[in-house]
Amino acid sequence: MYDFAYHKPSSVADAVKLLAADPDARAISGGMTLLPALKLRLNKPTAVVDLSGIAELRGVKREGGTIVVGALTKHYEVATSAEIKAAIPALAWMASTIGDTQVRNRGTMGGSVANNDPSADYPAALLALGATIQTDKRKIGADDFFQGMFATALDTGEIVTAIHIPVPEKAGYAKMKNPASRYSMAGVFVARGPAGVRVGVNGAGANGAFRATAMEAALAANWSPDAVASIKMDPAMMNGDIHGSAEYRAHLVTVMAKRAVANAG
Amino acid sequence: MNVVAPFEGIGASVRRKEDLRFLSGRGQYTDDINRPGQTHAFILRSPHAHAEIRSIDVTAAKAMPGVLAVFTGADMAGIGGLPCGWQIHNKDGSPMAEPKHPVLAEGKVRHVGDPVAVVVAETKAQARDAGEAIVVDYNPLPAAATMDQALKAGAPQVHEGAPGNLCYDWHIGDKAALDAAFAKAHKVVSFETTNNRLVPNAMEPRAAIGEFDPQSGDYTLYTTSQNPHVIRLLMGAFVLNIPEAKLRVVAPDVGGGFGSKIYHYAEEAIVTWASARVKRPIKWTAERTESFMSDAHGRDHVSRAELALDADGKILGLKVHTLANMGAYLSTFAPCVPTYLYATLLAGVYTTPVIYAEVKAVFTNTVPVDAYRGAGRPEATYLLERLMDVAAAEIGMDRVEFRRKNFIPVDAFPYQTPVALQYDSGNYFATLDAALQAADWKGFEARRAAAKAKGKLRGIGISTYLEACGIAPSAVVGSLGARAGLYEVGTIRVHPTGSVTVLTGTHSHGQGHETTLAQLVADRLGVPLANIDIVHGDTAKVPFGMGTYGSRSLAVGGSAMFKAMDKIIAKGKRIAAHLMEASVEDVEFDRGTFRVAGTDKTKSLTDISLAAYVPHNYPIEEIEPGLEETAFYDPKNFTYPGGCHIAEVEIDPDTGKVSMVNFTAVDDVGRVINPMIVEGQVQGGVAQGIGQALLESAIYDAQGQLISGSMMDYTMPRADDLAPVSVATHTTLCTHNPLGVKGCGEVGAIGSPPAVINAVVDALKDYGVRHIEMPATPAKIWNIVNGGRKMAAE
Repeated sequence: MYDFAYHKPSSVADAVKLLAADPDARAISGGMTLLPALKLRLNKPTAVVDLSGIAELRGVKREGGTIVVGALTKHYEVATSAEIKAAIPALAWMASTIGDTQVRNRGTMGGSVANNDPSADYPAALLALGATIQTDKRKIGADDFFQGMFATALDTGEIVTAIHIPVPEKAGYAKMKNPASRYSMAGVFVARGPAGVRVGVNGAGANGAFRATAMEAALAANWSPDAVASIKMDPAMMNGDIHGSAEYRAHLVTVMAKRAVANAG
Repeated sequence: MNVVAPFEGIGASVRRKEDLRFLSGRGQYTDDINRPGQTHAFILRSPHAHAEIRSIDVTAAKAMPGVLAVFTGADMAGIGGLPCGWQIHNKDGSPMAEPKHPVLAEGKVRHVGDPVAVVVAETKAQARDAGEAIVVDYNPLPAAATMDQALKAGAPQVHEGAPGNLCYDWHIGDKAALDAAFAKAHKVVSFETTNNRLVPNAMEPRAAIGEFDPQSGDYTLYTTSQNPHVIRLLMGAFVLNIPEAKLRVVAPDVGGGFGSKIYHYAEEAIVTWASARVKRPIKWTAERTESFMSDAHGRDHVSRAELALDADGKILGLKVHTLANMGAYLSTFAPCVPTYLYATLLAGVYTTPVIYAEVKAVFTNTVPVDAYRGAGRPEATYLLERLMDVAAAEIGMDRVEFRRKNFIPVDAFPYQTPVALQYDSGNYFATLDAALQAADWKGFEARRAAAKAKGKLRGIGISTYLEACGIAPSAVVGSLGARAGLYEVGTIRVHPTGSVTVLTGTHSHGQGHETTLAQLVADRLGVPLANIDIVHGDTAKVPFGMGTYGSRSLAVGGSAMFKAMDKIIAKGKRIAAHLMEASVEDVEFDRGTFRVAGTDKTKSLTDISLAAYVPHNYPIEEIEPGLEETAFYDPKNFTYPGGCHIAEVEIDPDTGKVSMVNFTAVDDVGRVINPMIVEGQVQGGVAQGIGQALLESAIYDAQGQLISGSMMDYTMPRADDLAPVSVATHTTLCTHNPLGVKGCGEVGAIGSPPAVINAVVDALKDYGVRHIEMPATPAKIWNIVNGGRKMAAE
């Protein structure tokens, strides 16, 4: 990696100040994406602002009908959180399928959300659950937050601080992993709850995570795997590569949607 | 009270002596070694598959902090190219095209990853920073990225000296006899297939440290090699012109090789040569990305086979045409892989009376391709064992019965094949029957029905394979084009108080030699395992050796040790005869005890070794002191492991994903020295075979960029991709080596891929599938299932 300055602030305010002062600085949380990019010299920030020392960004709590997940909460903590397992077991299970043991003990929900990798798991879940992303200066609904592959509503220097997730009545997740990278090749998160019936899709889309609205309508009318079985996705909207064509991914979305509904019960 | 020592000899599943240091992180790999004053090298590599180098400007790089030197091909112009160790001759008797393989590119780059320049700096980061400051003016040229592209008329030429990108056009077998056999065939079955290209991906990336001692003029190279003496010979004699006596090559602990660490690589020559220029030791360690683009790849064949059958399903003849990708340059042993390690294996375990095979080797703008675990035998086995299934289906015969009908009979050994090899021993019926029973072949249809009830497609596949190990004898391989001898060397040093040091020319990089080879000594000389030390991997310690590949370490290296032990025992008997005042002929030896036959007069090995090193009462006029013997062993023939592999798979028709459900291997590896290590070797080989069959594929695009150039896109097998692998052995002894051993390192990777694909095809039989190419990925299978459904609907 190239040389860079390293900062480890202990408050969000200090972190924001550091990032505001240097547009070429990058915030780092678990570092599961940024660190490999640095090591491969694909990224050359002037400074890295390490958020891991900010205690206020940690922890999971339930506030009425909402689960609030601190941005620094690691995938392992999401997977094993008693609150999340009780309120949104599908989300806990999703977290348990991310990466490997090492990644789950480093990677954070806030980092994943801010990065919005098209193959990451969480964006589909947050879309489906109708979550709200809290930053250092505002709250942004998931629909507005996720803006396509690696694109979000975050301004330069803006930090995700927490994710607010309304507790659903039902939710389920299923995914097909890329055989090589084990990232999601097609993952579908379905939920019925305060935000209505919603379906989030990761991995497959040509432009990142998205909502499958036709599936939402079908499930709103009939919450069952059969309801989505005949809904075909448009391959033109899908990603194709050496691991599978756009047609294959379109097909997988339907299969995973069925399985996600079945998993939701 | 009698304390009975645990049996540590031949046949005991002794725990591996080396594992404590490996498992506790105390192995000494090349990158763990740091020499005083050490510097670091960064190799700048070509981003283009094919380009002319107009100019290289290193001025800025040389001025960067910490930089000691920057070298390009022009600086190394006086140095020899990387040599090829095997010369194949064309059909017309002319030698193969053998273009120069420069250590650093000379005027042209020929694959992505081709070394262009080297920076030597105080730190690795400084070397890399400076590498980015080198300005190379490339004129990109159209690439011959695939064999298809390379063989087209007007294709870009990889080398001027290889017209049409042809390295050689070779054949074996009797064409006229084959045509006659086909003329009377009742049926001819044709089959075409591609053997996918693989990236070896040893866990430890390649690394090298070159060190020059200006006082003595001695060079030392620490390197991740399977055969340090071969590297010393090739690099010293052909590349850098350093006499053996002035060049020491050390291959310390090596973390996996699978063939990819046999070859002499440019980086070894670069750090050795440059260390004399900067007069400091230089270390280079590959990053994983570099491994993908600079370690020799494996397989990459396109083949067409035709099998002639009579009305009863007996094989009358086999005709094979194969294109083999050599990549951009000839790696050390590349030419022999698709010829003498491939076409000679096409008889397999069958009585095929006539075989004719033609092989064209093709240059492409890709990483060089060479031997990878199995080397030629997996390619032959895959082609043959898929063809057997296709043929059985086409003539409507049960695939097991079809195989059994054509097996070489148990009483036919030694068996001469029509493609040069003579098998010494085997019993293919026994391994087949044992595997069928262990896999519950008979009960499969019930399991298929149960899977179907759950919406899954279950299939079972079989492969009855044979391979050839311990490439030899030297005179024969020499006549076939080998530029090296293929014997092995073993020294047995019995110390004064009876402990033993073994020097072996083979090399252990995961095989467990420190245990297995010690067991040979424990068994024969009766020395406790703890008192036996195996030394390998250092040309300054071991007299000579050809290293480890082709599952040869036990069959050839172990046999050399056995011969050296013969000499130890013979000398020991003479010393014992003197001490016990008996005639030598009357002295017997058994596991550490010399006895005067028919008496209770005995001497231990320790009595003898002590007498040999403290020769007070010693026949000094007749026998030299000391107890150390060396033997060179040149085998009389290859060894021929074989057996039966059975794979059982379940396919999810909705996603196309294949799950391995079960894998059964019954192998004849000859005498088993350590059953636990054999089991581990077979399991590891099967894991790589499953990887090839279902997961792995090196893919180049039309411009010659390696698309699957990292673990993100190249699918290495993980634990959950595999099935429980049940391993059993059925032994027939090798008849021509003193241990009766055959070799077990490669059988898993050779026998398993066709078993897996046969199982996948069997699972898809309702979809009318004749064949599916490796790797059988979910997307590929979904296309078949989806297409099949469409067809059914139409």
